[in-house]
Amino acid sequence: MPDMPPSPAAEAIPPEYEIHIEPRTGWLRVDWRELWEYRDLLLVLVRRDFLAKYKQTVLGPLWFILQPLLNTLVFTIVFNKVAGIETGGIPPLLFYLCALLPWGYFAQNVTTGAATFTNNAHLFGKVYFPRLIVPVSAVLSNLFALGLQFAVFFVFAGWYALRGEAVYFGPAILLSLPLLAITAALSLGLSLLISSSTAKYRDLSHLTPILIQLWMFATPVIYPLSKLIGGDGRWAWIAWTNPMASVVEGFRFSLLGRGLWHGPMLCVSALASAIILVLGVMAFGRAERTVTDSA
Amino acid sequence: MKPRVEVESLSKLYRLGSIGATSLRDTFSRFASRFSRRGKALGKKEKPSAPAGRQGPTPDTFWAVRDISFSAKAGEIVGIVGRNGAGKSTLLKILSRITEPTSGRAILRGRLASLLEVGTGFHPDLTGRENVFLNGTILGMRRWEIAAKFDEIVAFAEIDPFIDTPVKHYSSGMFVRLAFAVAAHLEPEILFIDEVLAVGDAGFQKKCLGKMGEVATQHGRTVFFVSHNMGAVRALCEHAILIEDGRATMDGPPAEIISRYLASTVPDETAGELDWTERDDAPSCDDVEYTRLRLLDHHGTVRTTFEPDQPIAIEITYRVKRRLRGVRFDVGLTTQEGELAFVATDHQFQRDIHEPGLYQTTCIVPGDLLNRRGYAISVQCDIPGERFLIHERNYLSLVVSGVGNQSSSFPEQWPGVVCPRVRWEVRTLSEDAVPA
Repeated sequence: MPDMPPSPAAEAIPPEYEIHIEPRTGWLRVDWRELWEYRDLLLVLVRRDFLAKYKQTVLGPLWFILQPLLNTLVFTIVFNKVAGIETGGIPPLLFYLCALLPWGYFAQNVTTGAATFTNNAHLFGKVYFPRLIVPVSAVLSNLFALGLQFAVFFVFAGWYALRGEAVYFGPAILLSLPLLAITAALSLGLSLLISSSTAKYRDLSHLTPILIQLWMFATPVIYPLSKLIGGDGRWAWIAWTNPMASVVEGFRFSLLGRGLWHGPMLCVSALASAIILVLGVMAFGRAERTVTDSA
Repeated sequence: MKPRVEVESLSKLYRLGSIGATSLRDTFSRFASRFSRRGKALGKKEKPSAPAGRQGPTPDTFWAVRDISFSAKAGEIVGIVGRNGAGKSTLLKILSRITEPTSGRAILRGRLASLLEVGTGFHPDLTGRENVFLNGTILGMRRWEIAAKFDEIVAFAEIDPFIDTPVKHYSSGMFVRLAFAVAAHLEPEILFIDEVLAVGDAGFQKKCLGKMGEVATQHGRTVFFVSHNMGAVRALCEHAILIEDGRATMDGPPAEIISRYLASTVPDETAGELDWTERDDAPSCDDVEYTRLRLLDHHGTVRTTFEPDQPIAIEITYRVKRRLRGVRFDVGLTTQEGELAFVATDHQFQRDIHEPGLYQTTCIVPGDLLNRRGYAISVQCDIPGERFLIHERNYLSLVVSGVGNQSSSFPEQWPGVVCPRVRWEVRTLSEDAVPA
């Protein structure tokens, strides 16, 4: 339609361009065709998020890798050297950096996505587009940062290999892709749930950073999964109820060749993430209908 | 052929309390106030109450838009006219899918774009070029469409040398021009525009109006245009809809709608005086009521027609029902075409404390200021920074006519909302000798 030359009033409008405005009912109503039509907006928003983040900074995109590197450094000193937490024979730096790849991505997605309605209240009040584009674009643009962090990880792994350490590099690396998919689905679902509830009550937006921080300690980022499910097994329930636990540990298995690939637990994670994503889309769909009325 | 836009008994119910509720605590306190009168007294501000006649099914709801139906054809420019708060913006928000209706439905046949604001989504740190793509895709354009029109957009905005500069360094004029240029090059079948033409300088406004007219007539687009600028509505639209108290009360040719709109903003009975002392419909609130409004000439005679060089006294007599601090009155003059001429306030002159009693404040508009045309006079009473007591409304109208205007002695209308007496100094600096 758009590539036809503009012609006067007789121009017929194909039925798929008909927009029906009426009170919506039902729980899960996502207009997939419309989302596809706005795919260019998705790309442009991803680009905007990426560009705007480091404009007017001296280090530019370096910031995307400095944060996990600093975290790794602090973890290595505090948890490994001072507190003496075992890393299971893996060089501590790689141990932490590897776990921070999925965890950092997860935390970043949840915190940016959770603020969807509060950060875009003005935009949403002035123009219509499928609101789902915004949280999805956050998840995608964070993927760029993750890509850079992956590169840094391999640089360090290579450095350790040159120094003669036994560094794994094998086909298990492909397993990181389904793990990333679970992480993306879970974090998108959570950010949709949180942003839907913050649309009316801002309280949860203050709580989110604290919850994420607590969540990290319940996830094998600074310790191996074996600490949770080993021993007398009294912490095993944490590993089973936390969908990120087996994912973060699975990343170690995939990138370092050591760690636990816990099949049943990963299945539970995948299922939980799928359910949370569906619930998130439903809640978001309900919130977006009237969110501008209370803004 | 089916109409491009069909609207069938569209209604939108708002909950008064939900406006501004941002935390769980607010909701709890509102919930509590339903059960105890103390709860209400503890509230920071008095909640707004539903305007008369728009009360919803429960006391804390009101109809922002009620039972509106109309249709529009391809190639039509439809003006939407109405007072502030009549429901125009809500109607536009429903039709542009920003919020959902409570009941009723609308069918829009074609791609849709709404311009409720110029420059929506512009990011200050990105360059003009990046923002054109950002804003264009937000408004629903595809990237290749923007790329194809990019040079045209930049040329229209007249900002060629600065297209790769971050927009935060733009002057406000450049910003608005670029933003409007993007919007003007949208090619949706249906376009909603809300007051955006109030921005930019006169030349650019004219260019935008021209572009809108061209879009509708040559490309068969349907444009909805919400405006207080009756001149623009008259010039552009072939069809207008009058919205009053949430309802579409009139639908037809713009000339009729405009005169009905302007008449509705001024009560017919006006004879230079409105006296409520013997009546019970005086504009009032819990604190204050107007008892009389009058227009007086310099002899103290009530009248509605004034010579351009005569001063005009706008006299407000009001009763204060309970002790008040910081009350002021605002008087506004709007031309018959709907342009605001000026607003004056007695804030600097008004007493600090009003004990209950009868008071009077008079605004004296000097002679040699107004132009020769009709003006509507609005009055508002409020406590600045705190709350409105009696909302702004047009009560009286007057006509300035006759000769004696220094700028023109011809009977034709002279442009401008005012025509003040200015001082001219005309000198001859040197006179060339005329050859004999």
